[in-house]
Amino acid sequence: MDSSLPQDHGRSVGSASQAQHEGPEIVNFRLGNGLEVVVIPDHRAPVATHMVWYRNGSADDPPGKSGIAHFLEHLMFKGTDAHPQGEFSRVIAELGGQENAFTGNDYTAYFQRVAKQHLGVMMEFEADRMTGLALTDDIIAPERDVVLEERRMHCDADPGALLGEAVQSALFTHHPYGAPIIGWSHEIEGLTRADALAYYERFYTPQNAILVVAGDVEAGEVRRLAETTYGKIKPRVEAPSRQRPKEPPPVARRTVTVNDEKVEQPSWQRCYLAPSYHTAAPGEAEALEVLAHILGGGQTSLLYRVLTLEEKVAVTIGAHYMGSALDETRLFLYGLPTPGVSLEELDAAVDRALARFLAEGVDAEALERAKTRLVADAIYAQDSQAMLARWYGASLATGLGMDDVRQWPARIEAVEAASVLAAAKKHLDRRKAVTGFLKPDDQAAA
Amino acid sequence: MSALVSQQTVSRAVPVQQIVSPRGVAAWLVEDYAVPLVSLEFAFKGGAAQDPPGKAGTATMLAGLLDEGAGELDSQAFQRALDEKAIEISFNCDRDYLGGRMRTLVRNVDRAAQLLRPAINAPRLDEEPIARVREQISAGLRRDANDPGSLAGRTWRARTFANHPYGAPARGTLESLAMIERADLTGLTRRLVTRGALHIAIVGAIDASRAAKLVDEIFADLPRESSFAAVADIAPGGVGGIEIVDLDVPQSTIRFGRASFRRLDPDYMSAVVITHILGGGTGLSSRLFREVREKRGLAYSVDASLSTLDHAAFMHGGTSTKNERAKESLDVIKAEILDLSNSGPTEDELEKGKKYLVGSYALRFDTSAKIAGQLVHIQMDGFGPEWLIERNRQIEAVTMDDAKRVARRLFGDGSLSVAVVGRPAGL
Repeated sequence: MDSSLPQDHGRSVGSASQAQHEGPEIVNFRLGNGLEVVVIPDHRAPVATHMVWYRNGSADDPPGKSGIAHFLEHLMFKGTDAHPQGEFSRVIAELGGQENAFTGNDYTAYFQRVAKQHLGVMMEFEADRMTGLALTDDIIAPERDVVLEERRMHCDADPGALLGEAVQSALFTHHPYGAPIIGWSHEIEGLTRADALAYYERFYTPQNAILVVAGDVEAGEVRRLAETTYGKIKPRVEAPSRQRPKEPPPVARRTVTVNDEKVEQPSWQRCYLAPSYHTAAPGEAEALEVLAHILGGGQTSLLYRVLTLEEKVAVTIGAHYMGSALDETRLFLYGLPTPGVSLEELDAAVDRALARFLAEGVDAEALERAKTRLVADAIYAQDSQAMLARWYGASLATGLGMDDVRQWPARIEAVEAASVLAAAKKHLDRRKAVTGFLKPDDQAAA
Repeated sequence: MSALVSQQTVSRAVPVQQIVSPRGVAAWLVEDYAVPLVSLEFAFKGGAAQDPPGKAGTATMLAGLLDEGAGELDSQAFQRALDEKAIEISFNCDRDYLGGRMRTLVRNVDRAAQLLRPAINAPRLDEEPIARVREQISAGLRRDANDPGSLAGRTWRARTFANHPYGAPARGTLESLAMIERADLTGLTRRLVTRGALHIAIVGAIDASRAAKLVDEIFADLPRESSFAAVADIAPGGVGGIEIVDLDVPQSTIRFGRASFRRLDPDYMSAVVITHILGGGTGLSSRLFREVREKRGLAYSVDASLSTLDHAAFMHGGTSTKNERAKESLDVIKAEILDLSNSGPTEDELEKGKKYLVGSYALRFDTSAKIAGQLVHIQMDGFGPEWLIERNRQIEAVTMDDAKRVARRLFGDGSLSVAVVGRPAGL
């Protein structure tokens, strides 16, 4: 553990009582203009990961403008008044750095990975484009074409991706998580420079941003660099608040089907509406995390054992809890049927297995294995500064605090069988779920 | 006693010790106590290219089965033993090697070795997991059957490496998977899973003497020698031709390529620089990215890179563009390749390309697993730890004369072997 961090530079997440090897001392503070800063020291390699997260994502796209958060993410690479198009990327490339950006439901993030001595340069450029973006119409049209190609490549040519979109839009009947992050084609086609600027001016301001720096850095140095770059940006608007329409209580069990002649391997999925780490009652999200692992985390999980090994109705099956979300989120099950088994048969077999689980309760050894695995994942994550930076950034951008991340392993340790079963009984309810079938072309269904 | 043969440091981050265990197993070690874990990466030479004739997919299937039961433990018992300690053991298969990795908290490293040892020394290869893994790989093949990227890649390899193991799908076909019997898997295990052509790297909270004991326990009892079927060297064929696979999708997915140079060719590092200038990096530094994406909005991604296998070397790349503009995209790509061949890069491109390649090298070494993976690959390429320094020195040494000469040698008349999936207009 690094003990050289001056404690007066911010609230330290670590504590004197923590056991050995609980990871680096992570520091968190705010600049005067409201920018939140997280510093994750990792002195193993002389490199730094520099990320800026904005607390807005596709769920903040205005109605009729789906895809604008993601489109703006592309446009953020188009230059500013101070640094014309391509200059930032050229500088990064010359320094041997890497860069990229991503858009989620609840956040948009930009990052560079460089040798640590170049951190200050990255901050200058990133701070500059927080408010200095220069957009012209001749940039908009070709980049919109790029996004449409991205959508064709990742969605329109892939029936599985189209099923995923159909399931989400059926699950979220009212809340904007139902729209794809990249947007719907017909709305992407209509996005304009004015749309992009309006969105930019609403959200790209220091009070809405989180700076995460991980790597061979000290908190004091990061603070000094941040103050001379980001610190000079005047907040240009009130800190935006995210008020999304709430999803009404679901009452209808739904099944959606995509038929496509390109499908040779049918697949099955089910999404349950479930609370997130941000919306859940204390301990409930952790119980859902453990539940997902017990149900579908690898080869010893309940569904794999019952449906793949014993009944042999699924070639594989798994589960995943999408806990990092500002609003109500998803617990996700997915599987591939064994040849000769219909999706309807697999669906019924899953329900039988879940019903038996609810009746029999949680196996003590399975609970221990799940907790061991999840807690170990937090230690394995310490091996990757980029992964830690993402974990903290995504958590803070979805409404959590530093302590929520820091204490996550302890809260997972504390999950009991009764709370897992209670979470399962409450949330594994088909009235809260959408089931998706991916099938070969079927004239009868067309 | 383990012998510390030599030590080489690329930066303070990667001080490599070459160790030899008491029973003679060699490994590279990076001691790192920042995080309480140990990553072990290893590779047995001979991968999918060693599949028995007509049984493509055998090595892939074997990689899927080595963690499905070993020694006294059947598949479920083995997986449970891993889960109880959050130990990760997995295997993978490439054209020329069968790879494995183990990751564990350091407090469980002895248990991890107890599990990895039988996985490679006494894999059970029981009928139940054989049938299940066959179904899983088959499901993956069916899922990818009409995936444009996967289909384009398969089509390109098949036409470029016709009648050669490199042209066959590494995962096999539905037909070839059905032919694979347990005896094929045990036979391939005997031939490949040996000490004969084994490369090992360990990174983590472990010292040389304990690491030496670890590799002894896991690897020392393996058979001494591998037995490889002969694989012919092959020059990429189909160059100058194009194959179009009709698929009802809005985009055309394009794969292209031509011959390159062997890994030990004196021009190899110059070719790395040239190919980076054509289509490497993460954005504007690449000509193809600038011309195809930024200037024309033709595609979301476009790239080019080099591959060196044991018996073939080639440059390859790809893009996905809307059907109506497929010809335009391919024409732009061809024009850039031909221009590099005729004129070489600009001074600015060369300088920036070299800077990027030199500076970004350190980013490949930022996690234990990535360091271990890099070290195994350096060994497989036939280099010692000094390559960690030498690699950047060789890139810095590429002159404009080298770049022009090698661009000409690499791209020649610019002709390509091309595969397209979709409904491309004008091709």
